[in-house]
Amino acid sequence: MFDIYCPHCQEYREEEEFHASGEAHIARPLDPDNCTDEEWAEYIYFRKNPRGIHHELWVHAAGCRKFFNITRDTQTYEIKETYKVGEQPTVTE
Amino acid sequence: MQKYSGFGLFKHALSHHENWQRVWRNPTPKKKYDVIIVGGGGHGLATAYYLAKEHGITNVAVLEKGYLGGGNTARNTTIVRSNYLWDEAAHLYEHAMKLWEGLSQDLNYNVMFSQRGVLNLGHTLQDMRDIERRVNANRLNGIDGEVLDAKQVQEIVPMMDCSENARYPVMGASWQPRGGVARHDAVAWGYARAADALGVDLIQQCEVTGFEMEDGAVVGVKTLKHGSIAAGRVGCVTAGNSGVMAKMAGFKLPLESHPLQALVSEPIKPILDTVVMSNHVHGYVSQSDKGDLVIGAGIDGYLGYGQRGSYSTIEHTVQAIVEMFPVFSRVRMNRQWGGIVDTCPDACPIISATPVENLFFNCGWGTGGFKATPGSGNVFAATLAKGEAHELAKPFSMFRFHDGSLIDEHGAAGVAH
Repeated sequence: MFDIYCPHCQEYREEEEFHASGEAHIARPLDPDNCTDEEWAEYIYFRKNPRGIHHELWVHAAGCRKFFNITRDTQTYEIKETYKVGEQPTVTE
Repeated sequence: MQKYSGFGLFKHALSHHENWQRVWRNPTPKKKYDVIIVGGGGHGLATAYYLAKEHGITNVAVLEKGYLGGGNTARNTTIVRSNYLWDEAAHLYEHAMKLWEGLSQDLNYNVMFSQRGVLNLGHTLQDMRDIERRVNANRLNGIDGEVLDAKQVQEIVPMMDCSENARYPVMGASWQPRGGVARHDAVAWGYARAADALGVDLIQQCEVTGFEMEDGAVVGVKTLKHGSIAAGRVGCVTAGNSGVMAKMAGFKLPLESHPLQALVSEPIKPILDTVVMSNHVHGYVSQSDKGDLVIGAGIDGYLGYGQRGSYSTIEHTVQAIVEMFPVFSRVRMNRQWGGIVDTCPDACPIISATPVENLFFNCGWGTGGFKATPGSGNVFAATLAKGEAHELAKPFSMFRFHDGSLIDEHGAAGVAH
């Protein structure tokens, strides 16, 4: 059970209020008309799925309903930091 | 291999059961194998067995970082069925079902396969339409299935709340009589014993830490304990850790590894002689031969390699079960655990060649790999033996995500499969 700090609400709330939405920082292709099938597949389906530090998108679904990012270790489940969308993580490995 | 039989049991009773042969050897790995299989779970062991039995390739090693069948094979809820919607998936799972039906005899090991039937409940009009479509698709593929109404469901499961007063009243179900359960550990042990008897080396506590490559082809694996071992071909059957293995080989897979939890109750007297699954209320339950209720539901939504999930997921699971079976509300839960499932975007597996020559992956079974164990091993063995995909495995290439030929089984995959 996670105790998650919502950077928008600026308080800790329990996991039940949140929803995990997968890997963070996935940029939509800038030139979609000229993407190959491989590039589209990479964007839509292929994920890092790391065993270790992971930057992921969460939504405070039963709270402020805003999206934000979490840096979390997928092996120990330890949450290293939370930060707003558009900001960069400080923990990268 | 010492053959098991009723007479053998009697004979060993005379010597107080002190002279049973070891079930498999504990060999030191050779320098080179024709095929190395990474991962000693059900699927990996089945692959090794069929390689030796059907393709005559016995110079095979199975490398397992822990102990045999200690991952998802030991952690699933043992349900077997083949009522998938699309032809590709239905054929693959039905191939497995046919092997299940003769498995105990084939392996000379009682896998306790019990065809007690599987119910997939419908609670809405749309559920019932989907069920009708799926059952019809199944029947056209030669897979048994029936659409039942609420009254027929109530007759099969008298203990379930099928009344109109339920929060989500049962409107009907799909019913696959040939579905059921099997003893998960026995499947791993049975395949291990039979593979070992055919000459396959089962190497436990041997973690693979990398691949030996030459000119874009794999030529062996690096291990923590036994150094490098050469191989003609390598098959990776590492479930939740498949993404990690792919990264070692230098490519990505369209997989995400999630925790999937399950739990069992204290043993109670026989109350449920079939398998009940509900996509809508979101839970499934069966009763083991030991008497405990075996319960599961959905994955935890976040990535996790920790073989554990969140309490809230367990709470939702148990809520669903009590919604269907109010009579279970006072049953105490005994044990709870989690496994790492490698979920694929289309809820179908990957049985495939990879960008690395001679390296093959069998993964992405997600929440429903157990039921496919024999079929998965069988087609993956053929794939490894010939160096190209078995007919049934062809649609399950990892490259289907490039050309868009996905096989969307989210409906039939259900709760968790």
